[in-house]
Order: sequence, then C-alpha cells, then structure tokens
Amino acid sequence: MAKNVFEPAYDSIDAQLINFLQEGFPICESPYQQVATQLGLSENEVLTRLQTLLDDGIISRFGPLYHAERMGGALTLAAIKVPPEQFEQVTEIVNAFAQVAHNYARNHELNMWFVLATETQQALEQTLVDIELQTGLRVYNMPKLNEYFVGLKLEA
Amino acid sequence: MDFNDIDLRIMRATQAGLPLVAEPYQQLSAQLNLPVDIIMARLREMQNSGVIRRIGAVPNHYRLGYVFNGMSVWNVPDAQIDALGQQVGKLPFVSHCYHRPRHLPDWHYNLFAMVHGRTQDEVNVQIAQIAQVLGGNNLGNDVLYSTRILKKTGFRSGL
Repeated sequence: MAKNVFEPAYDSIDAQLINFLQEGFPICESPYQQVATQLGLSENEVLTRLQTLLDDGIISRFGPLYHAERMGGALTLAAIKVPPEQFEQVTEIVNAFAQVAHNYARNHELNMWFVLATETQQALEQTLVDIELQTGLRVYNMPKLNEYFVGLKLEA
Repeated sequence: MDFNDIDLRIMRATQAGLPLVAEPYQQLSAQLNLPVDIIMARLREMQNSGVIRRIGAVPNHYRLGYVFNGMSVWNVPDAQIDALGQQVGKLPFVSHCYHRPRHLPDWHYNLFAMVHGRTQDEVNVQIAQIAQVLGGNNLGNDVLYSTRILKKTGFRSGL
C-alpha cells in the first residue's frame, strides 16, 4: 500500500452519525434515543459508536460548542511577517504567551498565524501590543467580523 | 436566581463534553445539584442567545483522513460578502468560513474558508469550486498551507 493512502477508521454509519451530530443535538430527557430513532440505530449503538469515535480521536469533542466571545471572552486570529532568520526566536517569544492557543507556520509572506484567547477584549488588545513590543514586529490582527459556517460534512 | 452563575457552572461541567449516558442532562443535574428542568432550560436559552453555537460533534480532520488542510483567502466586495460567505460556507468541504478585516496594502483578503481534502488534487478542485461560486466577485485569492504546528493547546473554540 502506498504510504500516502490513508484508510479512515470509521464506516458510513459513523459518517452519518458525525454529520447528523454537527447539525445539533436534542435537549430532552433521552437525547441519544431520539438521535438513534432518527438514524435507525439503537440507543446503545449510538452511545458505543460515539465513545469509540472519541477514543480513536476521530471526533475531538462531543458536547456544547461555546462561543468564547459571547461568554465575555475574546478571541482573534493574528499573523506576523517573520524574517526567516528570526523565525525560531519569534516562535519562542509568541509561544511563551499563555494567551496563544494555537500557532502555525504557513507558506506565505505572513508566515506565522496564531489564535489568541483572553478573558476580556482589553486583555486581548494588551496582548497584541505586548507581542509587538517583545518581537519588534507588526502584528496583523484579524478578528472575525462575521461567521458563516463551522462544521464539515463527510461522505457517508 | 443568578443565571450567570448557573450558566458558568453548566459551561464548566460540559467543557470537556456531554456525558455519554442515556440521560446526560439528568447526570449533569445530579453532578451540579440543580433541577434537570433548569439545566435543559439554560442550555436552550444559551443556544438561542448564541452563547452555545450548537451541541454537537467536532470532527478531527486529520484523523478523518483529511490531511491536506488549506486556509483559502479571498478578496470579495464588502457589499456582497455576507451573501457570498453564506454560499461558500454551504460547500460540504468548507469547515470554517469567516469575514475578517483587510490590512491594506499588505493584505487585501476579507473572506477566509478552511478547506480539507485527502489529497492536494482534491483541495485544488475545492478551490476551483469556491472560485466558481464567487464568479466575478473574486477579485483575487490565495491558499495558505500550514507547514508546521508551532503550538497547540487543548483550547477548543471552533475558530
């Protein structure tokens, strides 16, 4: 088998279940039973499949998806043009901020992209300033102005 | 009754996920020592107000075999961005779709769409499909691929 061929460890029922659960989950006494009925499965099978999908890391989480910004917290995506010779040093500085949740190198002139999460908008703005001061580089702040979709549909 | 305090307790109890038992809200009720009706009512209210985006599953793209993940970025007219964003967000391979600010003259892209494919070819086809949806409103685009994960914490946001 060619090494770039990836065999996903889930079947078409799992894919249907994941797709269905991205649309939302009922708030009622026996919600898994309700999902099971709609998918033509047993309640036990839904629970077992979900546990396996979580254990295998195929779904990273199952539960309420909270909007950090609407809980009073603040979140943004920011990018920096890092001169290649400073890349490791700037990575260390940026990663040292506990407010930096994710940080990725990307193939663009803006070659460092990170997500900042703070408890307040004020703390977010202060962190952006602190990163600029410590790195000596401009931080491009790209908070989301509108959200159109979050989710992914699988081929079932 | 202080809803903020109750909501915060519900959030903390469900941050790692919803219990995988037949009656998950009943279990939260026992755990938090709050009536189950209150738990369900607050969850509904948080969903209606948008504090909870939805209750659902978050797929792990890599583990699903979608190992080619591109951040596609587009320059579209501001006046049309909401309508175009809705259309792009509906494409099945787009996982996140956002309007973000431009930084002229360095960065003129205002629409971000994360795309996921099993191969580079698959992603190229997806980019072409987005371009088709945008048509004449596509004033320029690019795709950024992550070349290295520099930091990744357990923080989950859906961002």
